[in-house]
Amino acid sequence: MAALRRGSEAIRLHLCRSFSGGVGRLARERGTERRDAASSRVSRFCPPRQSCHDWIGPPDKHSNLRPVHFHIPENESPLEQRLRELRQETQEWNQQFWANQNLTFNKEKEEFIYSRLQAKGSGLRTKSGQRTALDAEEMADFYKEFLSKNFQKHMRYNRDWYKRNFAITFFMGKVALEKMWNKLRQKPKKMST
Amino acid sequence: FNMPSSLRLLAAGSVGGCVWYLERRTIQELPHRVTRLFRNVNNQWVMVQHLSFLKRMYVTQLHRGLSQRVKPKPEPATSPFLEHMSSGQARAEVDELPSLSASSLPLSQKPNEELMELKAASIVEHAVDTAKETKEERQWKEMKLHADDLPGILARLSKIKLTALVVSTTSAGFALAPGPFDWSCFLLTSLGTGLASCAANSINQFFEVPFDSNMNRTKNRPLVRGQISPLLAVSFATCCAVPGVALLTWGVNPLTGALGVFNIFLYTCCYTPLKRISIANTWVGAVVGAIPPVMGWTAATGSLDAGALLLGGILYSWQFPHFNALSWGLREDYSRGGYCMMSVTHPALCRHVALRHCLALIALSTAAPILNVTTWAFPIISLPINLYISYLGFRFYVDADRRSSRKLFFCSLWHLPLLLLLMLTCKQRPGREGDKGEAPS
Repeated sequence: MAALRRGSEAIRLHLCRSFSGGVGRLARERGTERRDAASSRVSRFCPPRQSCHDWIGPPDKHSNLRPVHFHIPENESPLEQRLRELRQETQEWNQQFWANQNLTFNKEKEEFIYSRLQAKGSGLRTKSGQRTALDAEEMADFYKEFLSKNFQKHMRYNRDWYKRNFAITFFMGKVALEKMWNKLRQKPKKMST
Repeated sequence: FNMPSSLRLLAAGSVGGCVWYLERRTIQELPHRVTRLFRNVNNQWVMVQHLSFLKRMYVTQLHRGLSQRVKPKPEPATSPFLEHMSSGQARAEVDELPSLSASSLPLSQKPNEELMELKAASIVEHAVDTAKETKEERQWKEMKLHADDLPGILARLSKIKLTALVVSTTSAGFALAPGPFDWSCFLLTSLGTGLASCAANSINQFFEVPFDSNMNRTKNRPLVRGQISPLLAVSFATCCAVPGVALLTWGVNPLTGALGVFNIFLYTCCYTPLKRISIANTWVGAVVGAIPPVMGWTAATGSLDAGALLLGGILYSWQFPHFNALSWGLREDYSRGGYCMMSVTHPALCRHVALRHCLALIALSTAAPILNVTTWAFPIISLPINLYISYLGFRFYVDADRRSSRKLFFCSLWHLPLLLLLMLTCKQRPGREGDKGEAPS
């Protein structure tokens, strides 16, 4: 019971972290001011000043998605700004969904394992001290139940994801065309001077 | 000595050898996929080693710094850290260190050993934290596309190995079709099918970025890693699809072109979204796998004969033991990622369908000589491998465990190329219909 409580506490901490932005776990546990000072992992990273590209980071611990740090060019057009904001918003939306999804999955999996082990009458730990695990066949019931429980949630997510993906790609195309058009317009001007 | 038939045998032999080689390479790679758990543990162990090395490095620096702080000199502790860090990260360190040095000043005035130790411990913890963050920051990559990376990225985007397997099944269909073997047509068909497959695979990856990120099998794909933008992926897909379909339609025949377009549509617009909606996706995916050899046949003959449908049927049936066995080990990832697969929602049906289709392969192999695709030697010499895969399918049905699913999956990998090779060697020669048990010339 104590182990589960500790586990759920850790998961609650992780949930807080995923919604408020990533903070080092050690810092949180120590309860230093750093917790307030530190913002999300994305903004902690600062690309070198001379870089004019976006930067992509390692996969997030909870969502497994890679955060992107978007570069803001000096002469950003309204279209480029709209694209960047859409990508930023989509990234945050994705991050929230998947972090929540994975944490919920792990939490419910722990609860399932615990309840099954209780029903079986075996303890949480084996004689060697390692955590008792259920085999794949016993877990199959949980996988089926979890999938059907989250079906509607996934339907909504799929629809939104496809819409956003198409929108982002469409805007990327527009921005690319705009850039090309500007370059073509600049060339005759240069030639005329 | 018939020239076209020897050419056909050569093509068959080279196709078979090519398929065999590719299958072997896939098999060598598969242990990575199937034993991904082991690799993850290994990776974590490597990271722990790296972190403990960094910790040791910083602790030695700290000890130097600490020994300096014991003397009552207000010396900022930034220098030992900055030596070993790049300028980008130094800024982050400088932000955190002033709070440390400020609090360490009273300590330097009153050297209390216990407090020093506690402070050292917290500094070490902070250093490990910093080391972790430093390591993480080093993992940030600039999203700049370099020209020499592009071929590798596009190869992974188009799932080049899978494309090669698809092209080889098309070649098998072409070689099995009756009529004289036309090399130029063969090459155009292979190229067109390859381009169509590249396009379909790229669009599939374009749709599935967040889902691929969450599955171990697919998390290193180019779009997931940000090596290429979605716009470029779609442009690449279009640049493959248009010439590919054009090549098939005008270089070969319109029927093959139509089948190519239909297959791209089926894979990208039906199978990919359906994976998250219903288990029917497996049946649609099996049709997607069955169409390429049919395309090879129609490219050679120009019509959709019974032989084409038989070949399609064999590939269709093969997909089930192959995929159902593979999906058995991925149930956790599918459940978490929201994929509707039989192995998760209807496990008994999953195994039943796999067994059913293993037996169907025996029936289809027997139908081959009846439809004049092969001689009667074929069902006889293919019986051992068909019985073996059916036996493994039966074991999977009864045992329903990871071991039997893996055995069935690995068997399916060599079973298909071998079956196609046997078909090619037993191909029905023109003007010899009705001959039974004839050995290939």
